[in-house]
Amino acid sequence: MIIFQNVSKNYNHNSVALDKVSFKIQPNEFVTLVGRSGAGKSTVVKLLIGEERPSKGQIFFGSYEVNKLKPSELPEFRRHIGVIFQDFRLLTKKTAFENVAFALEVEGRLQKEINELVPPVLDMVGLKDKAFNFPAELSGGEKQRVAIARAMINQPDVLIADEPTGNLDPFNTWEVIKLLKKINELGSTVILATHDKEIVNTLGERVITLEDGKVIKDEAHGRFLID
Amino acid sequence: MVTLFRILKYGWQSFLRNGWLSVSTIGIMILALLVFEGLILFNVMSKGATQAIQEKVDISVYFKSNVSEDTILNLKKSLEGLDEVKYVEYVSKDQALADFKARHADENTITQTLEELDANPLLASLNVKAKDLHRYDSIASYLEKPDFSDSIEKITYAQNQVVIDRLTALIDNFQRGGFVLTIFLAFLAVMVTFNTIRLAIFSNREQIGVMRLVGASNNFIRGPYVIEGILYGAIAAIVAFLIFIPLIGFISPHVANFIPEVDLGGYFNAHFVSLLLYQILFGIVLGIVSSVVATRHYLNA
Repeated sequence: MIIFQNVSKNYNHNSVALDKVSFKIQPNEFVTLVGRSGAGKSTVVKLLIGEERPSKGQIFFGSYEVNKLKPSELPEFRRHIGVIFQDFRLLTKKTAFENVAFALEVEGRLQKEINELVPPVLDMVGLKDKAFNFPAELSGGEKQRVAIARAMINQPDVLIADEPTGNLDPFNTWEVIKLLKKINELGSTVILATHDKEIVNTLGERVITLEDGKVIKDEAHGRFLID
Repeated sequence: MVTLFRILKYGWQSFLRNGWLSVSTIGIMILALLVFEGLILFNVMSKGATQAIQEKVDISVYFKSNVSEDTILNLKKSLEGLDEVKYVEYVSKDQALADFKARHADENTITQTLEELDANPLLASLNVKAKDLHRYDSIASYLEKPDFSDSIEKITYAQNQVVIDRLTALIDNFQRGGFVLTIFLAFLAVMVTFNTIRLAIFSNREQIGVMRLVGASNNFIRGPYVIEGILYGAIAAIVAFLIFIPLIGFISPHVANFIPEVDLGGYFNAHFVSLLLYQILFGIVLGIVSSVVATRHYLNA
């Protein structure tokens, strides 16, 4: 369970990124976080993975109180979360296989396990044949699928996708969304931050709408309602 | 264990995959290490040169011709008792004559003139060598005591004093200058290497961010960079050393022409292993420190 309790984030004295945001996300939910650019979607993601600290309020993630984690506790905490970004954020000097394997290596898993776990996941995202290609040799859609494989390989409790389709064509966009649905069906909570109206309306899942750093709507089967 | 193995593997892998970056970093480090090595040899050379000059300075005490050998030998003994004195050499009248003849064996006029003289015109003397240049002053004042003034004809120190003083000042300055130069150039070499490695890691800062995001611990991220730093240092040290071998062979005879007492090639051969080890150690420490400092910035951010 994820709980945001009266969370505010100010970057400077007068720039408010989030203003008393509160919501709860149950295990295995699929939640879309919508809003214009600058509405606060990315800030929610950054606070949730401990990349930034809230100015006020509390954030709970299972048994962790995220806003109180020490830097030394962050690596272990982050292994419970898979993250996907618009700009993929792959390790450019590692092959697709090694990128996915890296998420297991940081946990200290044995090479034998890694060799067993990685190929099926690469197969699931349709990259069986590109396992030994470097990111520079992959298309945008392929890169994002590597990122998804990396995010899901250690079966995280939560998968967070921050505008994962922002750099993709419509075909790849839907491939990514289908994968996210599948991961959700496999048991992970999925939080999808997007400003793509079509995706939100097609999914028909819970929608939390942000505007100017505030939650203005939170509906179980929401639609994209910003002009 | 698994983690350590992975850190080693990734260090090596990243070293290979960052081919050009590795080569240019090593190139810079080679230059820095050549400076380091050059400094060691410069110090050997300057030490040899100053020693050679010091060896050439001495005080000679000439005794009046009526002074008995016993008196001279007594003075020799008392001089040898002084703290400042390294050794005293006694040159008897006969010895002085023999030396003189040997030195001028080819010059007929001089030998003939000598043969025409009845007595030996040369004086017995003591050559006094001090432990270092600064001590000649006190030896000279010891010899100028009135007790000896009856038997001593002349002391060369007074004649050479200006030269000796100048030489002392020159050598002191030379050594001080060499020390400052060493510190400065070593600092330069360290800074250049440090910044090169920092830039190499700077170009990797986003990758470090990604690793953190995936949940890698700081040591797991830093480890491979440190391994890379070690590889840079070790390889650069070996290459720099290989460059130095022919360079020494080329320079050594020229230096020997200039200062015969300095045998660079001989020094290099005698200290081959320790020089190589020093260099590798210096390179590796430089690589490790630079990597640790450079990654720390991105790991704390």
